[in-house]
Amino acid sequence: MSVDARLRVERPGFALDLDLHIEAGQVVALLGPNGAGKTTTLRTLAGLNALSSGRIAIDDAVVEDSSTGRRIPTERRGIGLLFQDYLLFPHLSALDNVAFGLRCQGRSKAEARTAAAAWLERVGLSEHAAARPAALSGGQAQRVALARALAPSPRLLLLDEPLAALDAHTRLDIRTRLRHHLADFTGATLLVTHDPLDAMILADRLIVIEHGQLVQAGTPGEIARHPRTEYIARLVGLNLYRGTATDHRVRLTQGADITTVDSHQGPVFVAFRPTAVALYRTRPDGTPRNQWPVTVAGIERRGDHVRIDLTGPLPIAADITPAALAELDLAPGTEVWATVKATETSTYPA
Amino acid sequence: MPGRTPSLRPRTGRAEGPRRGPSPTATRRVPLALLLPALLGVVFLTLPLIGLLVRTPWSDLTAQLRGTQVLQALRLSLITASLATALSLVLGVPLAWLLARARFPGRRLLRALITVPLVLPPVVGGVALLLALGRRGILGQYLDSWFGITLPFTTAGVVLAEAFVAMPFLVLSVEGALRAADPRFEDAAATLGASGWTTFRRVTLPLIAPGVAAGAVLAWARALGEFGATITFAGNFPGTTQTMPLAVYLALQDDPQAAIVLSLILLAVSITVLAALRERWMTTA
Amino acid sequence: MIMTFALRASRTASALALAGAVVLAAAAGCSSGSGSGSGGAPAAASSGAASSAAALSGTVTVFAAASLTGTFTKLGKDFEAAHPGVTVKFNFGGSDSLAAGIVSGAPADVFAAASTTTMNTVTKAGDAAGTPTVFVKNQLEIAVPPGDPKGIKTLSDLTKPGIKVALCATTVPCGAAAVKAEAAGDVKITPVTLETDVKAALTKVELGEVDAALVYQTDVKAAGGKVQGVDFTEAAKAINTYPIVVLKDAPNATAAQAFVAFVLSAHGRDVLDAAGFQNP
Repeated sequence: MSVDARLRVERPGFALDLDLHIEAGQVVALLGPNGAGKTTTLRTLAGLNALSSGRIAIDDAVVEDSSTGRRIPTERRGIGLLFQDYLLFPHLSALDNVAFGLRCQGRSKAEARTAAAAWLERVGLSEHAAARPAALSGGQAQRVALARALAPSPRLLLLDEPLAALDAHTRLDIRTRLRHHLADFTGATLLVTHDPLDAMILADRLIVIEHGQLVQAGTPGEIARHPRTEYIARLVGLNLYRGTATDHRVRLTQGADITTVDSHQGPVFVAFRPTAVALYRTRPDGTPRNQWPVTVAGIERRGDHVRIDLTGPLPIAADITPAALAELDLAPGTEVWATVKATETSTYPA
Repeated sequence: MPGRTPSLRPRTGRAEGPRRGPSPTATRRVPLALLLPALLGVVFLTLPLIGLLVRTPWSDLTAQLRGTQVLQALRLSLITASLATALSLVLGVPLAWLLARARFPGRRLLRALITVPLVLPPVVGGVALLLALGRRGILGQYLDSWFGITLPFTTAGVVLAEAFVAMPFLVLSVEGALRAADPRFEDAAATLGASGWTTFRRVTLPLIAPGVAAGAVLAWARALGEFGATITFAGNFPGTTQTMPLAVYLALQDDPQAAIVLSLILLAVSITVLAALRERWMTTA
Repeated sequence: MIMTFALRASRTASALALAGAVVLAAAAGCSSGSGSGSGGAPAAASSGAASSAAALSGTVTVFAAASLTGTFTKLGKDFEAAHPGVTVKFNFGGSDSLAAGIVSGAPADVFAAASTTTMNTVTKAGDAAGTPTVFVKNQLEIAVPPGDPKGIKTLSDLTKPGIKVALCATTVPCGAAAVKAEAAGDVKITPVTLETDVKAALTKVELGEVDAALVYQTDVKAAGGKVQGVDFTEAAKAINTYPIVVLKDAPNATAAQAFVAFVLSAHGRDVLDAAGFQNP
């Protein structure tokens, strides 16, 4: 039950141009900033938007093809869609919501309800079967919506920011449950999210799009280690730069130089973690050959560490301990020295 | 959907606990500038009703009520108004759906045409019905010569005349409800495999039910009170076409006391029906 | 939303409103409709006494039976021509509803009814100034579409199955006359409709919606070629007499009397005769 799609959707001021392939049983996460075209992709696959050109095939059956004019409507594509705000039918109980798709498939009321009850059991909400959506909490509604989408055994499951509407605590729990359900699901899954952690945890493959175009695709590990755009780098929490490498030395686009542990030639990406940055009040001696005089632009507490935004020969994000913050007596405008060991850098071809 | 920021708050369910009712701050103090005209409006609307109650010959009531014509007219009025409402529902709801959801050239013109009976003087409506469905009407002549069906002077004619003036209320009310309803529920139904008709039946219709009910009540009330179109198109004959408003009008010439009693009955029936409907059905939201 | 708001807010205000309204209603009930008896001048048919050139002005409002539409409209124009300062306004309708209006206080100067019964409603309520004068009589006739497609020749033909007949409601003079005619001919007509005035019944024939209607001779004449008249013997048994009177609270009593005199004058007689009315 694989999915093969060439999507091109044109709108005033926006164009989506994306090729997708999802294997049966695979979970692909679609990551990107707002306006990148993630929801458009979902809706187009679902048949709620029309293709400007391209082709969509689910399970080797062509559901839409702009060259032949073939277009199978949404209700016959065999897809399941989990909306960001769930859209549970307010006039039906949780059980009847889940049974809805089964009844549309022609099953009798009793049959559909039995199957729906089994699904509610699987998501752990049997005792809420008779409840109306308005009486459910966010996490409960999400689980009912997931059960409703999965109950008719779709070939392709589309999830639109499934965890976005949940508070931090519920998220952890639901994410784990979702992982298990997706593992059991035999069809193809496309998960749209802006949270990299969700993507990394739930997906087998990541596809990153920006402005309607593919910018990077790969396993979560690959992408985290070698992000190719600033957006992705920020997403995975790295400092990322472009430059031209000559052996171990890279001249960055900002003009500064950096010494790297890997040797390359030509255009490269250079990345290092904020935690690898050390700050000094005075110019340090010692091994780091990467030293830059920088100015503090922002200070932000983040749980048990502090994120310092630095400007200078290159923009750097540094993570230090509160103790270090106190010791260095930093404030916006303070001038410090930032160093990074070459061994902490990661360089890869652009 | 580009151009539409998806809401992050779920439509159903919250992070903590079930939804509560409207907040207490919703019922604020009424400003004087609004209260005074409002009171004036209340007096204006209720004074005629109070006049009716004050002038009712209470001692004579039972004698007047015993006339068979009263019950006949009342029964006819209730039956025809209900049939007219049923007809309005059967034709009006699909029409409202067409106006709210379908896209076709001339949609605005169609909507304007549909509201014409609202602004047309009822008698003019009656004349128009005669010209269309009368014995020599553009359609009526064929009904008469081919099928032997005549509509004027029949109870069916009353139903048609009442439906003509009442249906626009229902169409507008339902169209409003459809526009206010979130079309994404219909998307959700489609993703679950529901055809257009199934979606309408099992998702859209239940969602707009309050709007449909409100429209039906308006239509029923309008049909019940219809006079001009009825008397022009369907004529006036006790038992067949003499509805309560016609009976009241005729009684007024002859026997004003009887007219008052008839009016009182009509008022009582209307109030009973309207009061029996739950308040939340009257709001279209 | 508006309704719920109103329902809540009016709970406190309804007591106030109710009290206020009842007080108003009681006050209105106290002041009765009929004013202090200003004995109007007798509406006698003194020929043209009041129509001397001494400036007649203002508006004369005439409530007249529907069957007088054509003749009175003409007489009104003639009267205005003779008295340039005066405008004559008409309200034509079923005599019964006009009488009911006058009794309820509708402002009118003159009332011309199609039967003594309906005029009695006004005189009994004390709204007439003096005694009404009968000025014409009218006789029923059967109106049928041109060519008489259903072959109606007698009153009893109206009872044939499949014949659609329009009658006036019995409270209207022409309906009362129809009842008398039926009694005289010992027939029982089942109409498809009981119209509220004679012109409405005539219109149904003109439109082709009914096969026949019982209307006045004058109506058939006024309709010209649009309908055809069928006389019947029983009509002579059901003749309506038309009285006319100046009303007691007439806003323009002098001009009103002048108009009544005009109607009763030789010119008025001519116009009415030409229309098919009978002399009283």
